[in-house]
Amino acid sequence: MTAIRLFVPRDAGALAVGAERVAQALHAGAARRGAPVEIVRTGSRGLYWLEPMIEVATDTERIAYGPVSADDVEPLLDAGMLSGAPHPLRLGRPEALPFLSRQTRLTFARCGIVDPLSPQDYGGHGGWRGLERAIAMAPADIVEAVVQSGLRGRGGAGFPTGVKWRTALQAPGAQKYIVCNADEGDSGTFADRMIMEGDPFVLIEGMTIAGIAVGATKGYVYIRSEYPQAIAVIRAAIDAARHAGYIGTRVTDSPHAFDLEVRVGAGAYVCGEETALLESIEGRRGQVRAKPPLPAHRGLFASPTVINNVLSLAAVPFILAEGAAAYAAHGFGKSRGTMPIQLAGNVKYGGLFEAGFGLSLGELVDDIGGGTASGRPVRAVQVGGPLGAYFPRRLFDTPFDYEAFAARDGLIGHGGIVVFDDTVDMARQARFAMEFCAIESCGKCTPCRIGSTRGAEVIDRIMRGEGDRAAHLALITDLCETLKFGSLCALGGFTPYPVMSAIRHFPEDFGMPQAVSSGTPR
Amino acid sequence: MSGPEPWSPERAAAIIAARTGDAGATLPILQALQETFGYIPDAAILMVADALNLTRAEVYGVVSFYHDFRRQPIGHHVLKLCRAEACQSMGAEALAAQVQAALQIGWGDTSADCAVTLEPVYCLGLCATAPALLLDDQPVGRLNGGRLAALLDELRAGS
Repeated sequence: MTAIRLFVPRDAGALAVGAERVAQALHAGAARRGAPVEIVRTGSRGLYWLEPMIEVATDTERIAYGPVSADDVEPLLDAGMLSGAPHPLRLGRPEALPFLSRQTRLTFARCGIVDPLSPQDYGGHGGWRGLERAIAMAPADIVEAVVQSGLRGRGGAGFPTGVKWRTALQAPGAQKYIVCNADEGDSGTFADRMIMEGDPFVLIEGMTIAGIAVGATKGYVYIRSEYPQAIAVIRAAIDAARHAGYIGTRVTDSPHAFDLEVRVGAGAYVCGEETALLESIEGRRGQVRAKPPLPAHRGLFASPTVINNVLSLAAVPFILAEGAAAYAAHGFGKSRGTMPIQLAGNVKYGGLFEAGFGLSLGELVDDIGGGTASGRPVRAVQVGGPLGAYFPRRLFDTPFDYEAFAARDGLIGHGGIVVFDDTVDMARQARFAMEFCAIESCGKCTPCRIGSTRGAEVIDRIMRGEGDRAAHLALITDLCETLKFGSLCALGGFTPYPVMSAIRHFPEDFGMPQAVSSGTPR
Repeated sequence: MSGPEPWSPERAAAIIAARTGDAGATLPILQALQETFGYIPDAAILMVADALNLTRAEVYGVVSFYHDFRRQPIGHHVLKLCRAEACQSMGAEALAAQVQAALQIGWGDTSADCAVTLEPVYCLGLCATAPALLLDDQPVGRLNGGRLAALLDELRAGS
């Protein structure tokens, strides 16, 4: 009798809500019944309100159940879950769930489906084909394919990935490096974590292609220490890829050499800034470097270096396998391809939603996200992490792309959307933005190091109602200008986004007259 | 959790020697030392500086820069409570007040019974199952006051 295959996520978000106990209960329950089962530990499909979401492979399809607690396992087994039988927790085919069926999953095509530690399973689901094609191409042609795809850096800055690669390819250097920025510190974002835990080979394949394209033989994955599960999976996946010959001295028996090493962060948010990250790998304080020189000219250990975000590198295998045009066919305006959007915070249907650019903020928050988890009206959403702007409901028609958000004094950053209900105090949120900048400032430039502390103090005075409110607000505005234009990197430079957007869109929380129709529930 | 080992210069020397040849070895060495001993004592800073041909100030500068590195021994468990925006939107600030009151300590401190060291963290990537914490590297999400209280009781009973 062949074993029935069960799929239980080992994604940190699923573990956080009890997936490990569910796996144990399934194992024990099946054993008691004498039912042979194979429990595959996958990543998450990204429907976190349904986690732990487990799946069983029937003869024809996979059937999902969720959210399953350990206590639900016995009743589920009694009901015949192993053959996909009905039960109140039965969700049916996961792909048919509206949250998934509305998505365009290119980067996340395999996440939650495959065994993250099996290079064979990855290959069986379309993996390694991009690498195969890249090996048969001239390096400059690989770079051109990435340029033509229109892929822009998914870390936040949105700089064209192919242009970075071209610069590194043309830079002279005996040793070059590929660095993956997996220091995903923005609150409200978890796409890097999900892909690392759920489909690590797509990142390994993307980095290997990058290495072949620019002539780099060594890559580093810099993962934040707050992600212990992702660190463990990537390390194990690197070992498995090396063992299977996909990386190492001869990449899939080609003349190319490429190997990978994981470096772990140490709790500094600013190390998500690329030059601070390079300093950190080199063993120093994570202080931002002045640019130029660009990392592509003089990066890690003073060598030409491509440094890309996890999602940028993870998009590369699809581009090489399916062609640049297939990737560029998705998207909106100058924002090509898909964006893994993360719905987070006080949201009913939180999770990972990968789609072409161009959906409106309102569609994402209200239709796809289902409004708040608390059931109260949505008052504000912060888009793009702690350095992103707060948007009120009246700007919910903003399409999700780089330029549209920039035009409204915001940014999409790494694609995180944090939803707040009407109990939020926007003055507190503005104060937190300043406080966070003060905590995380690397200290190199004065506006960020000192301005952030002074900013928090001034907002404190506004909140306590001390002194002249208009003068305080003028001071904050002036300080934000200084931060924006006088800081070396995005930490100081973008902290004004949450602060000024809170003041502009929610002045009533700062004791000023209310903005027109802001915060009005629909 | 087995808990940290007591400080041992011999053990530290072996940990340092195993990584001295790596490029940019400072952070991996400090992380391995903290993983073993729970914190970075002064003696370790001197040893790392010697091994990597750095000044004591340079190594101290690295230790003091990164939030992860600790200068004091830790309790039996380390609880990292997320204080970032996604968790704030789900009531993390109330949980922060609750945990500090229950343990009668502030951020970075260890409870008097040595059961728990409490640290703030800014995002665990558990933003769709907020509010969240990390207990000895194990993620816990969808917290509320009751669940947090039960978790703290369990920790204190076990130590």
